[in-house]
Amino acid sequence: MAKRSVIPYGPQHPVLPEPIHLDLVLEDEKVVEAIPSIGFIHRGLEKLTEKRDFNQMAYVAERICGICSFGHGYGYCETVEHIMGIEVPARANYLRTIWFELSRLHSHLLWAGLMADAFGFENLFYQCWRVREKVLDCIELTTGGRVIFSVNKVGGVIKDITPEMQKAILDTMDYVEKETKILKKTFMNDYSVQSRMKGVGVLTKEQAHALGCAGPFARASGIATDMRMRGYAAYGELDMEPIISNDGDCYGRCEVRIGEIFQSIDLIRQAIGKIPEGEIAAVVKGNPDGEYFMRIEQPRGEADYYVRGNGTPNLDRMRVRTPTFANLAGLCETLKGADYADIGILVVTIDPCISCTER
Amino acid sequence: MNATEGKNEIIPIAPAELPIRAMEMKNKGYRLSQACAAWLKKEKKLELSYSFVDDDTYDIFSLRISLEDAERDTEIASISEIFSYASFYENEMRELFGANIKYIGMDLQNKLYRIQEETPFVPKKEEA
Repeated sequence: MAKRSVIPYGPQHPVLPEPIHLDLVLEDEKVVEAIPSIGFIHRGLEKLTEKRDFNQMAYVAERICGICSFGHGYGYCETVEHIMGIEVPARANYLRTIWFELSRLHSHLLWAGLMADAFGFENLFYQCWRVREKVLDCIELTTGGRVIFSVNKVGGVIKDITPEMQKAILDTMDYVEKETKILKKTFMNDYSVQSRMKGVGVLTKEQAHALGCAGPFARASGIATDMRMRGYAAYGELDMEPIISNDGDCYGRCEVRIGEIFQSIDLIRQAIGKIPEGEIAAVVKGNPDGEYFMRIEQPRGEADYYVRGNGTPNLDRMRVRTPTFANLAGLCETLKGADYADIGILVVTIDPCISCTER
Repeated sequence: MNATEGKNEIIPIAPAELPIRAMEMKNKGYRLSQACAAWLKKEKKLELSYSFVDDDTYDIFSLRISLEDAERDTEIASISEIFSYASFYENEMRELFGANIKYIGMDLQNKLYRIQEETPFVPKKEEA
């Protein structure tokens, strides 16, 4: 047996977008075991229910993460709306769907850039983020913000998307689609890129299920689960199927996320084509009294929201289980047997969001 | 699209029932989607919820353990032998809410989060 050594990896590391620490047990350059450690950026946001009322908590929820911001705000608001029996206007549901998919687009393009950076393809990194900027421009045009844009509130949304803005979004979607087709060729067909991703960090369908994996990470192992199929917001009125791969490796995860970029473009076009006229928010009276478990599909995967109201403006509990929290066990499994040089790629491949995870 | 909302049920159980009920969920092919604790201020109760999901039907079943303030120290057996990844959730419930969860597979000894205050989400015994 080769000599074993333990290498600390992170929390600060050039390839890590956020702080996570791994104790890697190596035999020569092969990883035998990986022990994760988080907790560097726990902010106790859920505890703020003691000081902020349930309306203000929507803004706190949005600040759980800089990338999944819209989804957290939406997930929280929808959970409270279930408890309070609020019927959100149809137009608000379509607006939420459009912004949610714009968020997914910029998140996946951000991930694609980080992935390119992780395997050392700087030019591809720049190209991905150049395209992402156009998506952020759309968000800025319609909300005034670029990443955290605070348009959700309990009962609906606070801003509308005018026909001129819809036209601008559709034009941008044409651009993003054209550019992503070019990027896709490099990610999927380039020999050097393939050599870094194919067969690396394989997680079988059975392993992904047994380890409770979620989102694109699970879909890349053949699990056809996508919370949007539950039909929340306006998804029930749009055509979509979960995008899956059966490879279970880094290449498969990349394939799923790039496929989801095109899927988001399609969903935005469908939503803009079907958006009804009408109000954008319902009147909210009283305080939430009751509880509800809600699941939505964030860009990084299934996110769980739990709210417990007690009839006062301050909730007893607001809880968010993020996709990265669910994917930590799967990540550790993919690291076993990996080459030390592939660790960076494997960590990025789950699209980790540690700020979300620790809240 | 044929949207499927799925069932969303909360099932009250006794603390001692947890391992067997979790095993039943495992045998049905369900996934542990999340586990969390909540402190109810008015009722002075600690609640632990373990949510299991069916990825085909999108059903979600949450097993619910309720502990009165005086029962907060009741021993809860870990389900990490059944769902290995439950360790992360169980460490969180113990560290933030003081849930007395025993035999956690990957026991982080209250070091999941680097926080100064012990069990910050529940009042200390004398304050409760």
